[in-house]
Amino acid sequence: MTSLALLIPIALFMGLIGLVAFFWALRRGQFSDLDGAAARILIEEDEVEP
Amino acid sequence: MTRAAVQDCAVAPARTQSVLVVPAMHCAGCMAKVERTLGQIAGVASARVNLTARQVAVVHDPAVTVPDLVASLAHVGFEAQPRAESAEPVSAVRPLLAPLAVAAFACMNVMLLSVSVWSGADGATRALFHWLSAAIGVPAILYAGQPFFASAWRAVRHFSTNMDVPITIGVILATALSFYETVTGGKEAWFDGTLMLLLFLLAGRALDAMMRDRARAGVDALLRQAPGGATVIAADGAAAWLAATDLVPGMVMRVAAGERIAADGTIVRGASRFDQSLLTGESVPVPADAGQAVLTGTLNLDNPVDVRVTACGEDTSLAEIARLMAAAGQGRSRYVRIADRASRLYAPAVHTLAALTLIGWLLAGAGLHHALVIAISVLIITCPCALGLAVPVAQVVAAGALMRRGILVKDGSALERLATVDRALIDKTGTLTYGRAQPDPASLDALGQNEAAIALSLASHSRHPLSLALAQALAARDMRTVPLTDVVETVGSGLSARYGGQLVTLGRPARADGMAAALSIAGEPVRVIRFADHLRPDWCEALARLAAMHVPCAILSGDNAAAVAEIARTTGLPARAVASPADKQAAIAMLQRGGAKVLMVGDGMNDGPALAAADASIAPGTASDVGRQAADFVFTGDSLLALPRAIAVARATMRVVWQNFALAIGYNLLAVPLAMAGLVTPLVAAVAMSTSSLVVIANSLRLARTPR
Repeated sequence: MTSLALLIPIALFMGLIGLVAFFWALRRGQFSDLDGAAARILIEEDEVEP
Repeated sequence: MTRAAVQDCAVAPARTQSVLVVPAMHCAGCMAKVERTLGQIAGVASARVNLTARQVAVVHDPAVTVPDLVASLAHVGFEAQPRAESAEPVSAVRPLLAPLAVAAFACMNVMLLSVSVWSGADGATRALFHWLSAAIGVPAILYAGQPFFASAWRAVRHFSTNMDVPITIGVILATALSFYETVTGGKEAWFDGTLMLLLFLLAGRALDAMMRDRARAGVDALLRQAPGGATVIAADGAAAWLAATDLVPGMVMRVAAGERIAADGTIVRGASRFDQSLLTGESVPVPADAGQAVLTGTLNLDNPVDVRVTACGEDTSLAEIARLMAAAGQGRSRYVRIADRASRLYAPAVHTLAALTLIGWLLAGAGLHHALVIAISVLIITCPCALGLAVPVAQVVAAGALMRRGILVKDGSALERLATVDRALIDKTGTLTYGRAQPDPASLDALGQNEAAIALSLASHSRHPLSLALAQALAARDMRTVPLTDVVETVGSGLSARYGGQLVTLGRPARADGMAAALSIAGEPVRVIRFADHLRPDWCEALARLAAMHVPCAILSGDNAAAVAEIARTTGLPARAVASPADKQAAIAMLQRGGAKVLMVGDGMNDGPALAAADASIAPGTASDVGRQAADFVFTGDSLLALPRAIAVARATMRVVWQNFALAIGYNLLAVPLAMAGLVTPLVAAVAMSTSSLVVIANSLRLARTPR
């Protein structure tokens, strides 16, 4: 029973962190261009200047 | 871009943001090229591409103008347009994401607690877990259920019903009962089931919205381009570019060769030929000179002309077509989606069952509390969980498969309507054919290596539609340009230049029948290159497949009888020529009165009313704005096989939707008697609900196989 008193708040707290992180990402526009995000990783940033 | 931002931070006081539409972007390479090009312009702080919307947002000093940005993108091969200042279409998915996340979070945590209760937690532990579930569940349900509550309230207020009414009633009753059980220390609470129900339903809703968003992004990238305009010559000779909406009658527009006319008017100076195919379907250029009227949307082919505006905005021939379309679209808005039709039968049945259960148990001598618990468990178990997923999942998967083959679906109801069609009417110019003049392959074959290279070099200097088509065809044959000197374009007659001392010309032949260009090289015979509008590739197989699907086709064209007769002979289809936009609409209405479900395939503005009036409509990606906007489907490739492919997928989707309905109803036939007998516990409800949803999703995924 005492373990529950500790584990349940921990579980809820960790879940809540995930939820808050998702809301933060949503508000920052992380979900507004999913296709672009998928393609962006392929961009060669440090191209050799000619 | 970061580099540019750092440099500019110190000096730039005020910045403006411009959004450009760049429809041709489609990969990481394009993104990098666009961002880098814009980032290198002095005065640009940052450029960020949104690939989904095919847009780039540029933050820059006011000193840098939008035409500068467009010009620099044109230099690296990307056509860009400033975005039209229409209201930004709001994404349909965004408002659903937050409720979905809340429902998922709450569902998982409550389920965790519920598992302990099911596995035998008792007494104070159970009470604690129920209280915790209520603390998470009640606010989460109130928040995540809002989309359903709002929609149900709208329906009830208008004395109608939809899928959301039984959902809302079930959710609210289940939450109230569970809260009552929690307060009174009862044995069973239904928070987990209720949240799971909301989670699955929101997932279905979000999928539905995602499909609409994605298709709209593709079409809107083309539509969002700013409306056309014209160069207006003031009385003192000053020339200024004005948007089409700012034109007023009396202004004089200078229309260059290859430009579209932005308003109805009469020619005051010059003479040229005009391509009216977008407006009327007529493929042969119409000559007009000073004093004659020209219409909005027609393409000036030969010479620059000055046109005095006589009508604009609401008064143009285009606005007349828009009025016809608005009237035609009303018929389609009466279409009721299959999920809503199902719920009209479903909701009363479910509520009757629950009421009968309540009365039955009361008559059998059970207490009010016990009877209420069983009645509510019937409501929860019958909540249309699988039913809510049955339609959207199937349609999303099918739309994704179609999109991979270059067919954009505007929304789910389009797939439902397309599945029922049994007649097809096809426009000629631009739909059955390419809608643009292309050089005859035989006359290109007749050219020698050297001649072809000179023709390509000459043609690449001009924006005339025939030159563009010729240059494109020759470039496709791997021809290379040769250096020319003294290139001169004489409007109305053509191009001339010197090639190693020889005079070479490309222009209108002395004696022309039909569309042609003459290539003359000093000392050699003149070569005539013929141009014609060709049928799209695969037309033969596409029409055969449509016939095999029992969708008889016919041609409905606004072009002249001779041109239509030729295509009708080639394709073997019945045809009707010289049909005005209103005639096309009437032809569809006549077929519909006869009980047929009509598919309209067309591209031009003249097809707009017909596209809106038909039961389903498809437009090629090369269509006019009006055509793309009015059509349910837009196919981006050249091949006409898109038509049978879209119909085949739509029919397969409907088969899967009916299977899904059968699965969902079968599940209810099993579960409802158990619930009415009072044998369903929250555990049984949770298992049954997730199983039926997974089965429906798995069945729908069969549609993901790419259509032939």
